[in-house]
Amino acid sequence: MVDKNSPTIVSENKPITVGLFVTCLVDLFRPRIGFAAVELLERAGCQVAVPKAQTCCGQPAYNSGDNAHARAVAANLIDAFDGFDYVVAPSGSCAGMIREHIPELFADDPILADKAVALGRKTHELTSFLVDVMGMPTAVAAYQGTVTYHDSCSGLRELGVKDQPRRLLKGVDGLTLTELPSSEVCCGFGGTFCVKYPEISNKMVSEKTSAIADTGADTLLAGDLGCLLNMAGKMSREGRPIRAFHVAEILAGMGDGPAIGEAGEDLSAFADGQEG
Amino acid sequence: MQSTSKNFKANSTKALADPNLQQALGKMKVGFVEKRAKARAALPEFDALRDQARDIKNHTLANIDYYLETYEAAVQKSGGVVHWARDAAEARQVVLDICAEEKAKSVTKGKSMVSEEIALNAALEAAGYEVVETDLGEYIIQIRGEAPSHIIAPAVHVLKEQVADDFRKKHLHLDPKRSLMERKELISEARGVLRQKYLDSDVGITGANFLIAETGTSVIVTNEGNGDLTQTLPRVHIVIASMEKIVPTLDDASAILRVLARSATGQEFSAYTTFSTGPKKAADPDGPEAYHVILLDNGRTEMLGTEFEDMLRCIRCGACMNHCPVYGSVGGHAYGWVYPGPMGAVLTPSFIGVAEGGHLPNASTFCGRCQDVCPMRIPLPKMMRAYRRKEFEAGLAPPAARFGLDIWGFVAKRPSLYRLATRMAIGLMGWRGRKEGRFKSLPLASGWTDHRDMAAPAGKTFQDMWDKRQGARSAKDLEREAAR
Ligand code: SF4
Repeated sequence: MVDKNSPTIVSENKPITVGLFVTCLVDLFRPRIGFAAVELLERAGCQVAVPKAQTCCGQPAYNSGDNAHARAVAANLIDAFDGFDYVVAPSGSCAGMIREHIPELFADDPILADKAVALGRKTHELTSFLVDVMGMPTAVAAYQGTVTYHDSCSGLRELGVKDQPRRLLKGVDGLTLTELPSSEVCCGFGGTFCVKYPEISNKMVSEKTSAIADTGADTLLAGDLGCLLNMAGKMSREGRPIRAFHVAEILAGMGDGPAIGEAGEDLSAFADGQEG
Repeated sequence: MQSTSKNFKANSTKALADPNLQQALGKMKVGFVEKRAKARAALPEFDALRDQARDIKNHTLANIDYYLETYEAAVQKSGGVVHWARDAAEARQVVLDICAEEKAKSVTKGKSMVSEEIALNAALEAAGYEVVETDLGEYIIQIRGEAPSHIIAPAVHVLKEQVADDFRKKHLHLDPKRSLMERKELISEARGVLRQKYLDSDVGITGANFLIAETGTSVIVTNEGNGDLTQTLPRVHIVIASMEKIVPTLDDASAILRVLARSATGQEFSAYTTFSTGPKKAADPDGPEAYHVILLDNGRTEMLGTEFEDMLRCIRCGACMNHCPVYGSVGGHAYGWVYPGPMGAVLTPSFIGVAEGGHLPNASTFCGRCQDVCPMRIPLPKMMRAYRRKEFEAGLAPPAARFGLDIWGFVAKRPSLYRLATRMAIGLMGWRGRKEGRFKSLPLASGWTDHRDMAAPAGKTFQDMWDKRQGARSAKDLEREAAR
């Protein structure tokens, strides 16, 4: 798919190939984030493919102590992403799972240990890949609004994702960033935690949304759809008029679409490659 | 102490509905976090010191038998006695025996989590001794008949106004019309009441932050000076310490002290850091006539050499709970046993079993903030996950969760089945939710929709849309295209 939008060829005339790990939440709930990720990766000059055999990173099982299932699902992932230069996910949580934990799961496996480590090494969260690996100086897009940013835990603490999305957002025309004082405090999502301990999760997300409202921002951004579904769902329940997007959507110039939880999603444009 | 860790959910429901507790927790969260951040920022070598502290403890744990024996010999040389206690019952018995031998009537105590772990107060009281906690926080909860809710700030869950009420009920000999509005007034009242207790006491019991092998010294770190009075005024000083408090040298203790107070309260150093070595010497103006140390195991040697050994580096600074959003929501009592927060979520199943304490390692979002601030670089989330694994392997995880994981695993390792299943589910949900863009309630996800809306899925998966756009390709396809 070397088309007019992605002419950059990096190193020795061989374009960099990226396998996009869509992540199950994006695949199921908000495909436009996947398209935004493709758009950004192509702008950076990568050739992007989406292996059909991908499902999930295995976190639901791994974090529930069910290593057998986690291993089976992760083995499928190792296979699906064989051969790419890089694997990129629009999620710090899933990228963290692949980078930090899948190698642990296979540490004693004579066949898959090396492959798991290799997959971990070439896997990146989207914004850190764009900045740290591809050297993208900033993004080119427009969004009218005052945004605040929540640092999702795994991206922040496992992968050091903090400045990269902010650097990219600097290039977005019309966008003002006001920092969220508790941006590094967990929003209470925690995968299955939010349904296993709903009351505690609710307490955590309530504190988060009131901190978000205190910033005066009209838009909330983050790099993980799980956290966004949690915070956007709480803000909508509380009747707060604050919109929520994945940071990739804004960076790819897709901030004119419906925000998370808003009606009017129309994916037909994406099917013809008309986004962005 | 009888554990209620099994009831963590019910405990936390109660905690979330307690307005006094919530107010106290709100204050605590900001204070500790800001103070630690400042202390850390002011010391450029802080992270390097953490590495050093971790390495010291790792070395000690790898050679713990040697250092404990060296320590015992040094204590004996200084005129003290070391008692080895395998479990809580043995440790309690040693204390009771010493008190009986000394014909003690009254016992004063400095703050000690190990004494909570072995439920010492109840045993002493049952044997007829008067027991007085001398740390202000401990004194408050002793009056209230409560357990500590935090390892360094035991009464952090109590508001100043509640303390005033408690003091009025307890100190009936004082003028009922006195003012108890200010912190200062509360502190000076407690000080006045406690002063006489120190003087009347026969046995002083303290914990230890460190035991130093080369010198046979025990070290306590306090901010009130109560520990010093507890260990110097009575005839007998008993130190109760768990065996992993051992460090090889004075230098090692000093190195770890540099990260301890900064992590705990944001102080560079605590107000009092007291070193005691043996009983009073001939030339000493004061000090106890007898000096005993009880070395408690109570499950620790079983952690050595396992994936939980790292936990034995813990210096009980409390930073992990100060930064934990779950602890900050429900407080320490919800955890149901002695040790709360992330460190408690590892220690509780270690000491009282997964069947009893298994909830605690589950009640975490794995946000990782505890590990990030732990001065000893203990990988707390990793160990909580290991306990989830143990719980799962032992068949203790809830059946519904196991069943769900079985189905999920069956589908998620079969990509084409996964795509079919997700396409159908998401198509249906998207169709139902498309008008509003979100759901206010969902039958199978009430845990979610009781508290927040659920964004409706778009109705089509990304994978299907992508197929339509250009067909899925593999890495090989890309290579072939590039070669063209
Ligand atoms: S686990 Fe770490 S942060 Fe928590 S109390 Fe122990 S030393 Fe402090």
